[in-house]
Amino acid sequence: MTQFLMFLVNGIAIGCGFALVGSGLVAVYRITGVVNFAQGMFAVVAALSATSFVALGIWHGVAELMAVLVGGFAGLATGVVAVGRRGTQPLTALLVTLAVGFLAYAIEVLVWGDQPRSLPGLDGRAALLGVPVQRQYLLVIAVTAVVFVLLWLFFARTYLGKALTACASNPYAARVVGIDVTRMAFIAFALGGVLGGVAGVLVAPLRPISFDSDVSLIVGGFAAAIFGGLTRPMMALAGGVLLGITEVMIRAYGDASYGTVGALVFLIAIMIWQSARRPTLHKEAV
Amino acid sequence: MSNVPETAVDSGPGGPHGESVIEVADLVVRYGAATALQGVSFSVGPGEAVALVGPNGAGKSTLVNALSGIVRPASGTIRIRGRLAHVPEGRQLFGELSVEDNLLIGAWGRSDRDPAPVYAVLPELRGLARRKAAALSGGQQQMVAIGRALMARPDVIAVDELSLGLAPKVVTGLAAHLRALNAERGTAVLLIEQNARLAFDLCSRAYVLEAGRMVVSGACEELARSNEVARAYLGGGTGEEP
Ligand SMILES: Nc1ncnc2c1ncn2[C@@H]1O[C@H](COP(=O)(O)OP(=O)(O)OP(=O)(O)O)[C@@H](O)[C@H]1O
Ligand SMILES: [Mg+2]
Repeated sequence: MTQFLMFLVNGIAIGCGFALVGSGLVAVYRITGVVNFAQGMFAVVAALSATSFVALGIWHGVAELMAVLVGGFAGLATGVVAVGRRGTQPLTALLVTLAVGFLAYAIEVLVWGDQPRSLPGLDGRAALLGVPVQRQYLLVIAVTAVVFVLLWLFFARTYLGKALTACASNPYAARVVGIDVTRMAFIAFALGGVLGGVAGVLVAPLRPISFDSDVSLIVGGFAAAIFGGLTRPMMALAGGVLLGITEVMIRAYGDASYGTVGALVFLIAIMIWQSARRPTLHKEAV
Repeated sequence: MSNVPETAVDSGPGGPHGESVIEVADLVVRYGAATALQGVSFSVGPGEAVALVGPNGAGKSTLVNALSGIVRPASGTIRIRGRLAHVPEGRQLFGELSVEDNLLIGAWGRSDRDPAPVYAVLPELRGLARRKAAALSGGQQQMVAIGRALMARPDVIAVDELSLGLAPKVVTGLAAHLRALNAERGTAVLLIEQNARLAFDLCSRAYVLEAGRMVVSGACEELARSNEVARAYLGGGTGEEP
């Protein structure tokens, strides 16, 4: 039982990483209609930046925050390249984000080399219900919870958040009321960069990060985001956590080499079950 | 709130009084190779209610989209003195947002976002404030679309297809609101309508747009008497309606 709880916390923490990457995908997709393949790169850039900032002697916490901002800038830059030209089709922009991701490989290798780097996180274990769990896992879970609450408040309560939802809901009408939809798309990409950055600095202490770690991050993040139809952040959280738990449980009780694949299969099965159950009546009416 | 226009695109020659709120000259709009508007000129005076009628595909929506800056003209000039608000064809609400949030977004770019004046003009909206826009009836949605436009405190409101898909009784109610807005607040109205009878009833002047050109214009009473216009847009001018 103790062991099961340890695996559970481990799975939730891993899943939080997927959920954060997934919510970045959702933020960009909702508002621009673009599937952003550079999303994993934001996490990698932030994680690698954090290792550099720490190496420079910058305090933990500050270093991670700065790294998250670097992620935000990476997001903004990707947005400018991908959707800065008015009238760019989402599919074209998707290809551009893919290209940006590969270009970023070159820059990352140039700056940080091609060897994995790890970031020290919280050491030691804390007792949770009598179960010893790594404190970094608890940090990941707590920060993710705070980030998702803030994300929800931002979209539900702030004027800018509502305007972003308006752009997502009806871009033509957004232009009718005078919203600069392109600028809102940049904000969405920057937000995606920040969310990816948070994922990066949280995950880096759990596993070494190299320039090509974005692939595994985006596969998990994408699965999480798809769980909510790419448009619902909270469903991305649920999908991510489910994915993380499944993966860890398969590794722990089954065959370690089937962890990721098994988790993805499980998620797909749930989605098929969901879509079969849900009536398709409720398409957006406006 | 002062009534001084804040976003005069081009103040143009002459003084501020009696100047048109909308003045369009030789406007050409193309979609790729197709020309939707070929040299359109027209004007709307301050506080005036002007109808724009014409068959499907004439270019009416294109014209309003050009006025609100959504489509870029190939040539010609558009002068708007004051603020123009646009009620787009097919309502185009933000379906995921509540009615009140739809209104608030209508005040985008303004610091004054109090919906109370709009509730004063359209009292029905107050009871719908918390409802999701997508869940409203067509008539309610049209009212939200008008309310959203009014949140910009416009000097002129361009309504594209007021009656589209709505029951006659609902249309009568909406038309009364527009009439009151025009008469009591002096907001100029540019009304695009398939139902020319309604448009002529609500407006003092009208333009007829056909295939991207203004073919007729004049006072609504006179246009209604003209056989040609009446036959085309009022369901027969010489004899009985079918
Ligand atoms: N986005 C677009 N791309 C290409 N062509 C367009 C576009 N929008 C309109 N058109 C064309 O421009 C012409 C004018 O269209 P517009 O929608 O302005 O007409 P309308 O008078 O509003 O018609 P309706 O009464 O049906 O609303 C039509 O031939 C239409 O097919
Ligand atoms: Mg039209």
